[in-house]
Amino acid sequence: MNKNFLWKLGLILATLLFFLFGIFGIPHSLSGAGLLTAITDHIHLGLDLKGGTHLILQVQVNDAVNVDAQNAIEVLKQQLNSHKIDFSDVSQPEPQNNPDHILVKGVQASARTDLLGIVEDRLPEYQITGGADNSWNLSMKPTMLTDLKTKAVTQAIETIRNRIDQLGVSEPTIQEHGLGQYQILVQLPGVDDPARVKDIMQSTAMLEIKQSLGGPYPSEQAALQDKGGILPADAILLPGHSMPGAEGEGEGQAWYLVSRVSAVTGKDLRDAQPSRDQNGQPSVSFTLTGEGGQRFYNFTSAHVGDSLAVVLDNKVQEVANIKEPIRDRGEISGGRMSEQQSKDLSMILRSGALPAGIKYLEERTVGPSLGTDSIRAGVRAAVAGMLAVLIFMLIYYRGAGINADVALILNLIILLGFMGYFEAVLTLPGIAGVILTVGMGVDSNVLIFERIREELRNGKTPPSAVDQGFSHAWVTIVDTHVTTIVSAAILFLFGTGPVKGFAVTLTFGLLANLFTAVFVSRFIFDWILSRKQRGEALSI
Amino acid sequence: MEFFHDVNIDFLGKKWYFLAFSLIFSVAGVCSMLFWHGIPWGLDFRGGTQVDIKFSHPPNYSAISADMDRVGLHNKKIQRFGQTSNNEVLVDLDVRETSAQALDRGKTTIISALESNAPAGKIDLNNASSLTIKNYLMDKDPMHVGTDADQKYTAQAQAIVNYRDNVQGGVLSSLDQLKNSTADPAAVASLNDGFFLSDFGVRNVAIVGPEVGGQLRQQAGLATLYSLVGMLVYLGFRFEWIYGVAAVVTVFHDTLITVGAFSLTNTEISLTVIAAILTLIGYSNNDTIVVFDRIRENIKLMRREKLSEIVNRSINQTLSRTILTAGLTFLTVLALFLFGGEVLHGFSLALVIGILIGTYSSIAIAAPILVAYQDWRIQKGKRPVAMPAKTK
Repeated sequence: MNKNFLWKLGLILATLLFFLFGIFGIPHSLSGAGLLTAITDHIHLGLDLKGGTHLILQVQVNDAVNVDAQNAIEVLKQQLNSHKIDFSDVSQPEPQNNPDHILVKGVQASARTDLLGIVEDRLPEYQITGGADNSWNLSMKPTMLTDLKTKAVTQAIETIRNRIDQLGVSEPTIQEHGLGQYQILVQLPGVDDPARVKDIMQSTAMLEIKQSLGGPYPSEQAALQDKGGILPADAILLPGHSMPGAEGEGEGQAWYLVSRVSAVTGKDLRDAQPSRDQNGQPSVSFTLTGEGGQRFYNFTSAHVGDSLAVVLDNKVQEVANIKEPIRDRGEISGGRMSEQQSKDLSMILRSGALPAGIKYLEERTVGPSLGTDSIRAGVRAAVAGMLAVLIFMLIYYRGAGINADVALILNLIILLGFMGYFEAVLTLPGIAGVILTVGMGVDSNVLIFERIREELRNGKTPPSAVDQGFSHAWVTIVDTHVTTIVSAAILFLFGTGPVKGFAVTLTFGLLANLFTAVFVSRFIFDWILSRKQRGEALSI
Repeated sequence: MEFFHDVNIDFLGKKWYFLAFSLIFSVAGVCSMLFWHGIPWGLDFRGGTQVDIKFSHPPNYSAISADMDRVGLHNKKIQRFGQTSNNEVLVDLDVRETSAQALDRGKTTIISALESNAPAGKIDLNNASSLTIKNYLMDKDPMHVGTDADQKYTAQAQAIVNYRDNVQGGVLSSLDQLKNSTADPAAVASLNDGFFLSDFGVRNVAIVGPEVGGQLRQQAGLATLYSLVGMLVYLGFRFEWIYGVAAVVTVFHDTLITVGAFSLTNTEISLTVIAAILTLIGYSNNDTIVVFDRIRENIKLMRREKLSEIVNRSINQTLSRTILTAGLTFLTVLALFLFGGEVLHGFSLALVIGILIGTYSSIAIAAPILVAYQDWRIQKGKRPVAMPAKTK
């Protein structure tokens, strides 16, 4: 035994151990069940195998732009007024398609410098053009617009993650879905009834406390009549629940007139917890941050005797009298909340508001029973395919068949070990990738063996035939592996979920194959040759 | 053992037969795509709702269909899924029935239509989530647990759901079956009051909104295109550009015939089928490269011979390997096709077809293109293109 030989043997054994560790870790017991739990601890199964819910949702980024634009409009009006510049209208001509586009009408060309100055000072993220017909176009600078949209998506991911974490879903995946615009991929293993989770994720939970100026009215018309046909400019009508306990009003909607500006919003919340109101009904109590509390105190001090309205998602939840100044505590009740709803609502409020609405684009739920069946079928196919190949190689190549079989099994161990180390996810197509790797991996062995046979037929001695066989086949093997890895890489970039899992196993399998079919197989040949007499035939 | 020994078949001489064979299949496929079944895009690409339902007894298709009609689901397709003995049915709703606002409306409508004979106020245990069961148990508290009720009943609910899904395959036919589960007998007994059993369980739901489908279709096309371009560039770099072109034409031929076969048999092309097709592109290329590599090697050894002679010799020399590898890969893919289950059906079908075609095409398409190009250059009075000198 020479040194070179021992060195290679050591490397192969070390590789074997290293990857076995990747698959099993250090198992607690060597029984079948012990090994099985060890495997499932290390190799992560995809949603299609263990069951769960896969959602793709899209952040309606235009919502966020709209909020910004409306804010800009307010600022602009205020500034124009304080600079004593006449204008007839400031509005968004196309709030749906071009939400960042603001049209200012009726500003004389003489006020141009002032107008430009206002935009530059107060709205630096906007650019202004025009001036013809005394109308001016503001639109957001493209980089700012992109920033705003990206920020909306990141913030939505953050909020959704907070909410899902609080629901106690284990190992969720929440990430930007690179395939589409402003899309988020959410994977929830073990969740087979996504309805509640979806509601919680989707809820914008926009909390506002406003001054109540009138109501409840049975309809919008009634409110208009009450105010003499015209609503005050700083007030809006919002729908709400009818007053709880009022006889005969039932579930019908009521309308409230509330101030346009909010005293405090969800952003001012420090905490929210489920609780019970004075009637023992489930409610949500919240505390405000220092700054928000101060604002709330100012507001309530100024309006003792008036009413305030708690508005959630543009729906009046509750109207209450302000008996004394309140600093930092409040309660949302009414609307006949159930206990679960009060828990969910407080959780949603704690997790922060979504910057924009979300829309579901795709939903997949795999029941655990299907996953179990798929694993069974996949494993059965893998074992059948693997056995067929192993047995065929033994029959066709006799002695060298053992060599190929060793290489193939090692290939499989390395592949699974890779998956364990990289925490790659094994999906059903991934199992197919494993099977395919066995089929394609054997190609390298066949290439080499056929070449060796050819060289032997041409009269070469076994050692030189082995040498020639490997060196000729090597070029081909590199070419074939590179091209396949190229298509696997493209799959990885484009695919989602299960398909990605397939690309991963295929790539790992092919890389492992380079090592096993060439290095390990060569080593076994050399070892066999070294034990043979000169001129003795090679079993191939 | 050896199957092929010193074969010497004149493959190039049969190129017209090959051409005819390939043409017939390609044209048949293209005609089917254009005039007959079209490209049968799967749910992933066309959008819609697909619900996989397992019944506890052989399903009655007309009754299911009538149930759906009653709730207003008309654009639907109901078909058997997997083996008859599985009692599984796949209900497909058109993308028109899939509301963009409430994506899961179709699914919930299907379930409530099938649960039409539910006793009032009871929950269907076959379609209840573990959370629902836990909440119910918390409410009833049949085990009279004091502390940790949440934790304890979560475990009980999980045990019940696990038994239903993993042992009984997703559908219970009687609540008494649960007595064999690991759940607490008191908990199991309490289920009688609040639950009933429908005759089905939902195993898989896929809902794809209209926006996603178009986006995915475009991406699948792009992925295939990039794959082909990747091959072209790599082969152009390793060999000569004409080799790249020949390989890409070959792979395109394989893809066309495979997709054509899906259209002819009206089998749906899902995302995993696209994955299989991309794998085929890699596989078919493998095969082509092995032959090309041999041609490159032989060109240096046999400088005086005609190219067609060299190509024929190269194909014959690698024939044994080609057939063996194809045979072995085919074996594994066949195992997938036979045992891999319904979910992998399309995937393995694509591979079964593709491996046959991919092996055939490297001999019958790629090599003749090389020779034809060379002949064409000579005819036009130009020198044959310099054959690759680089081998490393």
